Amino acid sequence: MYKLEVKDLHKRYGSHEVLKGVSLAAKAGDVISIIGSSGSGKSTFLRCINLLEQPHAGQILLNGEALKLVPGKNGALRAADDKQLQRLRSRLAMVFQHFNLWAHMNVLENVMEAPVHVLGMSKAEARDKAEHYLQKVGVAHRKDAYPAHMSGGEQQRVAIARALAMEPEVMLFDEPTSALDPELVGDVLKVMRDLAGEGRTMVVVTHEMGFAREVSNQLLFLHQGLVEEQGDPREVLSNPQSQRLQQFLSGSLK
Amino acid sequence: MIFDYTVIWDSLPLYLGGVLVTIKLLAIALFFGLLVAVPLALMRTSRSPWINGPAWLYTYVIRGTPMLVQLFLVYYGLAQFEAVRESVLWPYLSNATFCACLAFAINTSAYSAEILAGSLKATPHGEIEAAKAMGMSRAKLYRRILLPSALRRALPQYSNEVIMMLHTTSLASIVTLIDITGAARTVSSQYYLPFEAFITAGLFYLCLTFVLVRLFKLAERRWLAYLAPRRS
Amino acid sequence: MLNGYGSSILDGAWLTLFLALTSMAVAIVLGLIGAACRLSPVRWLSVLGEAYSTVIRGIPDLVLILLIFYGGQDLVNRVMPMLGYDEYIDINPFVAGVFTMGFIFGAYLSETFRGAFMAIPKGQAEAGAAYGMSGLQVFLRILVPQMIRFAIPGFTNNWLVLTKATALISVVGLQDMMFKAKSAADATREPFTFYLAVAGLYLLITSVSLLALRYLEKRYSVGTKAAEL
Repeated sequence: MYKLEVKDLHKRYGSHEVLKGVSLAAKAGDVISIIGSSGSGKSTFLRCINLLEQPHAGQILLNGEALKLVPGKNGALRAADDKQLQRLRSRLAMVFQHFNLWAHMNVLENVMEAPVHVLGMSKAEARDKAEHYLQKVGVAHRKDAYPAHMSGGEQQRVAIARALAMEPEVMLFDEPTSALDPELVGDVLKVMRDLAGEGRTMVVVTHEMGFAREVSNQLLFLHQGLVEEQGDPREVLSNPQSQRLQQFLSGSLK
Repeated sequence: MIFDYTVIWDSLPLYLGGVLVTIKLLAIALFFGLLVAVPLALMRTSRSPWINGPAWLYTYVIRGTPMLVQLFLVYYGLAQFEAVRESVLWPYLSNATFCACLAFAINTSAYSAEILAGSLKATPHGEIEAAKAMGMSRAKLYRRILLPSALRRALPQYSNEVIMMLHTTSLASIVTLIDITGAARTVSSQYYLPFEAFITAGLFYLCLTFVLVRLFKLAERRWLAYLAPRRS
Repeated sequence: MLNGYGSSILDGAWLTLFLALTSMAVAIVLGLIGAACRLSPVRWLSVLGEAYSTVIRGIPDLVLILLIFYGGQDLVNRVMPMLGYDEYIDINPFVAGVFTMGFIFGAYLSETFRGAFMAIPKGQAEAGAAYGMSGLQVFLRILVPQMIRFAIPGFTNNWLVLTKATALISVVGLQDMMFKAKSAADATREPFTFYLAVAGLYLLITSVSLLALRYLEKRYSVGTKAAEL
């Protein structure tokens, strides 16, 4: 049984088709890396999964439950049932490229916010969980600080703790290290590697080839809205079949 | 029918006369206000507390008190003093139009000075340095670089001030002048039709506001073109 | 003090303050609704919000006050006979004043709030939605708290303009300090004295307001880094 299934996703902006039929299937414990050049549609694809972007066609299933979609204006699909969308979103946690921690709340409040106000957890239980996960990612000592007073690496780790506190089925990472200074990237990747090691199901859009090769067990190479190559990362990255992947890899560092 | 607009149609000449009065008041107030605002703004950017202080006090008091109070102080208040009544200025100070213009001009001078001072302080530092490095004297620096630049960049905020002033002129009706609002009050009390009378006044002001907004957009396009985003 | 009119003017001052605060409360509610309308994806709501804001800000406060007070009273008394009520209805000046000021400044505040909402980085609301929050939750728990920080400079300006605009309500007979000053001035033939006193009181209100709002601005910036000048 698949935890997350995305079937044949299409999306266009006006007349420009950005996703031309992309599919993904994740079993429990899978760590799927999505790579591709800018404009390939990889972030757009990820953001369609929790409907932050509206696809024009396709299906999204979480633990076998299909998200009910109806056509809205311009033919884009929107959620038929807002309550179902909110529930499914709370079971998928997203980590953003620009962290998106809530600026007016301190670290602890950021991590507690969704468990209390979306999952209905008690404040005491939420606080315990928050402190546990903040400890896990290594920023427990900053729990009273505000995001603006923290480095990018610290903020992103708080964002990961915020995602973990929801105890999600699947975690979505949208280029989590792209906005970080090179010295801080390692800290965040280490946390993500530990999470993968624990058996969490993760879908990661990334430029970090090292992470893709060493940590993920499935790789998707997207090019101009289609999955050009797919498979075990070690094989795909050392023996790229398609020419475009070869070009992409020779152009990227390491 | 609840609404009677024939009366308004008949009173149109009165309203149009009022428009002329409004425009006249606005123009005079803005002209003299801006004239005083420039030296005031320069005083406000001075580092010496002896120069900055009085200017700050002037703008603080004017901006901290209602226009109505300022108008009454000039129109009613000055007449309290015998010295004023017997001075050579009395023919002017007993005239409602003069008093209104004076009060409006003083008011706008304070707001305009603050806008201009803010604009002067926000001048990109590099432009000043370049002028100094080329050997410009202080006077030249102000005349050729600082003031032209500041006046232009103050346009958006100044346009708001002009529209505020347009609205402020309506207070002239309280001291017997027949501007747009004065015309409306006349019509309202003569025919007992306040609703129609004041809606019409509102429409006239809306039109004038739109005209002013358009004029300032044109002015911005001409004088602030160098700050606009590039047209691809 | 002041020929015995001192206490009368002070009474008027309290009324002025009370009028300003009540009007501002009404204006805040209307301003939030107006801003929400302007930013709404529903077409007719955003048009309505824009019309409200543009029309009110395009007409002088005095004209609006005269329109709503005299015109409104007139309208009510024209419509009432049609509905069966034959008595003359007198609208209380204070109520009319609060409604008028609130309605007018609701339009100005909707502009201030709209700018403040638009200044919030898009990612903040996105994160809220991504974690399963409903639209209302995102609005109340994420957007409004952050909007306040951006709105304070504009709000300060709106509040100061409001307190000074209350002077105009004296024109329709509300016994605020302007009205009291005029009565005293007429009785004693000393307009300068009394208007100066009233000017001083207004200056006091604006100065205290500025200090209070500056303190508020500092408090609400606690989660942010101050720009280095």
